[in-house]
Amino acid sequence: MAKLNLVKALNLALLQEMERDEDVLIMGEDVGVDGGVFRVTEDLHRKFGSKRVIDSPLAEAAIIGAGVGMALYGLKPVCEIQFSGFAFQCFHQIENHVARYRMRSQGRFHVPMVIRMPYGGGVRALEHHSESEEQFYAHIPGLKMVIPSGPRNARALLVSAIRDPDPVIFFEHKGLYHAAKEDVPDEIESLPIGRAQVVREGRDLTLIAYGAMLRLAREAADTLAEEDGAEAEVIDLLTISPLDRATIVASVQKTGRAVIVHEAPRSFGPGAEIATSIMDGAFLSLEAPIARVTSWDIPFPGFAREKANVPDLARVLAAARDTLAF
Amino acid sequence: MPRTILEPRFQVEYLSILDSDGNLDTSLEPDIPAAELKRLYRGMLLGRRLDERMIRLQRQGRIGTFAPIKGQEASQAGAVSTLRPADWMVPSFRETAAMLWRGWPIEKLLMLYAGYLEGGQPAPGQNDLPVTIPVATQLPHAVGLAYAAQYRGDDAVVMAFCGDGATSEGDFHEALNFAGVWHVPVVFVVQNNQWAISVPLKKQTHSRTIAQKALAYGLPGLQVDGNDVLAVYAACREAVERARGGDGPTLIECVTYRLGVHTTADDPTKYRSTEEVEAWERKDPLTRFGTYLQKKNLLDDGLTEAIDAEIAAAVQRFEAMGPPDPLTMFDHAYGERSPHLDAQRAAVAERLSQGREAAVPPTAEPSSPPMRGQRSSRR
Repeated sequence: MAKLNLVKALNLALLQEMERDEDVLIMGEDVGVDGGVFRVTEDLHRKFGSKRVIDSPLAEAAIIGAGVGMALYGLKPVCEIQFSGFAFQCFHQIENHVARYRMRSQGRFHVPMVIRMPYGGGVRALEHHSESEEQFYAHIPGLKMVIPSGPRNARALLVSAIRDPDPVIFFEHKGLYHAAKEDVPDEIESLPIGRAQVVREGRDLTLIAYGAMLRLAREAADTLAEEDGAEAEVIDLLTISPLDRATIVASVQKTGRAVIVHEAPRSFGPGAEIATSIMDGAFLSLEAPIARVTSWDIPFPGFAREKANVPDLARVLAAARDTLAF
Repeated sequence: MPRTILEPRFQVEYLSILDSDGNLDTSLEPDIPAAELKRLYRGMLLGRRLDERMIRLQRQGRIGTFAPIKGQEASQAGAVSTLRPADWMVPSFRETAAMLWRGWPIEKLLMLYAGYLEGGQPAPGQNDLPVTIPVATQLPHAVGLAYAAQYRGDDAVVMAFCGDGATSEGDFHEALNFAGVWHVPVVFVVQNNQWAISVPLKKQTHSRTIAQKALAYGLPGLQVDGNDVLAVYAACREAVERARGGDGPTLIECVTYRLGVHTTADDPTKYRSTEEVEAWERKDPLTRFGTYLQKKNLLDDGLTEAIDAEIAAAVQRFEAMGPPDPLTMFDHAYGERSPHLDAQRAAVAERLSQGREAAVPPTAEPSSPPMRGQRSSRR
């Protein structure tokens, strides 16, 4: 057991999976000698050499495209896209091929590949370094979309993602990289993909969040308990797709109220799918309209205005109180 | 300081062995055993005859849209015939002759173009990727396969196909660049058929050749007469040997011509002249190779009839297939179905079973079976 931040926890998962399985290799920009711009792959190049930790040329489409070829051959590439904002230069490879090879080849091939990307704002970074784009990947059949919220579940989910026979898009929130340390066990630990966690139990309201927004949801739940005497249940999605509808529906059947928090823009975002799932499964339990707290439907406005765009505690509390008072 | 010329200076070779008039450069003639020469001709003729049959099947509505290969048989058969079965072939979407050579059954190709993905499923152990439609996007896959082969210590070579239009795509350049930097065993075969739908080569690139694009990435590029199967074979054999020997990737530009339509949905009379097409018909790869074989007394009587019978039998097998089971479409989205996908599959299954029951006694109101949860009474 060691106290690790998110960066070190992810590094541990990569190290242990590479020690365990020679088919696992890492590819991306600056992932080798430099250890990645966020140091997630630090020291792995020294341990495993440049054939397994590949400093690729600067070209996202070929990073993912070559990763597809490696995966079709039977290797398990873990590709890093330096920032999720740059992934549109390989989006065609992801949508056209990563997601489809199993279907196109009717099961003869599959793509056991992980695509890691730092995402999210609140770190005073430039355009394309601050966005949340999980909705694009969650919408594509054939992909799985995972977003951890802390060091321990990040490590466990990355282990599962590497072992998964299907492609996993793995988002890491930049704001969480150095945010907090957690006890992470030395022995390999995994978490099932497609399963959400109830991280706080409550009977009055369900707060649904993931990634960096989970902290807001927990803080809001604490404040509601202290100031309003309301007990909020908090769900950490962990996997966006396939969505764990059963956990969400069971919670809202109990609480009758739901607030969804995500950093991606609102329209057609994960919140819409979550809300519809609640309507499908818990319609008769609902006591109030489902609320969404999200970024606004605008392109990235620059980090000087980010606080007005990305959800904060006040907005989550306001939505929760409106929902409770309905 | 004066400007200086950097060394090394680059050059691009052009290879032609058997020209359209039947002239043979015996000094360059590859040493191909008689049986292999006959097999090559058969492969090209099968590609041609199947292509013609498929156009008729498409016109009759028995298969859907596809991309005919007429005129490009030498570029394809000549190239893949230099591979071993365990090597990898990465096609784009106009490689029928290459796929036939690699062992794809005719009925599978028909199934693919009739909309059944089963037709695109490579057989177990068959190291071919399925047809890839988005232009040039298959080329990085070839580089990754080659990297993986090298990583595992296998001596497999990867051969990837694309067209002249693909050389304008970013993925083409990224793939060549990665292949050069990684020095992996891959051979890129560009079938320069002069037209990317309606856009001629001169609007596609200002380069004198496509072959020279390889030089910028540090790999050899060679232009060959793509309608000369001997030249294609000789060039690809050299490139495959170089790749297998650890000497890295090669780009081969086969200068050829699409004698037919881009796809069965295309009308080329809108953008190119009959004179141009007729000029290229005189360079037909089959005519020239046929004459060459005739001189060697290697042309079998009745070959066309035998091939047509083979095609007819395959068409019969294709048409004898039952209707598809819609439910299998849920089988290959993921390795395991999520509960959500299970529910969607169950909904379709229920709907289908209701549809079948309703179909027995025809009713006045045509079939629109209610979805689960739909109100059965009207308000």
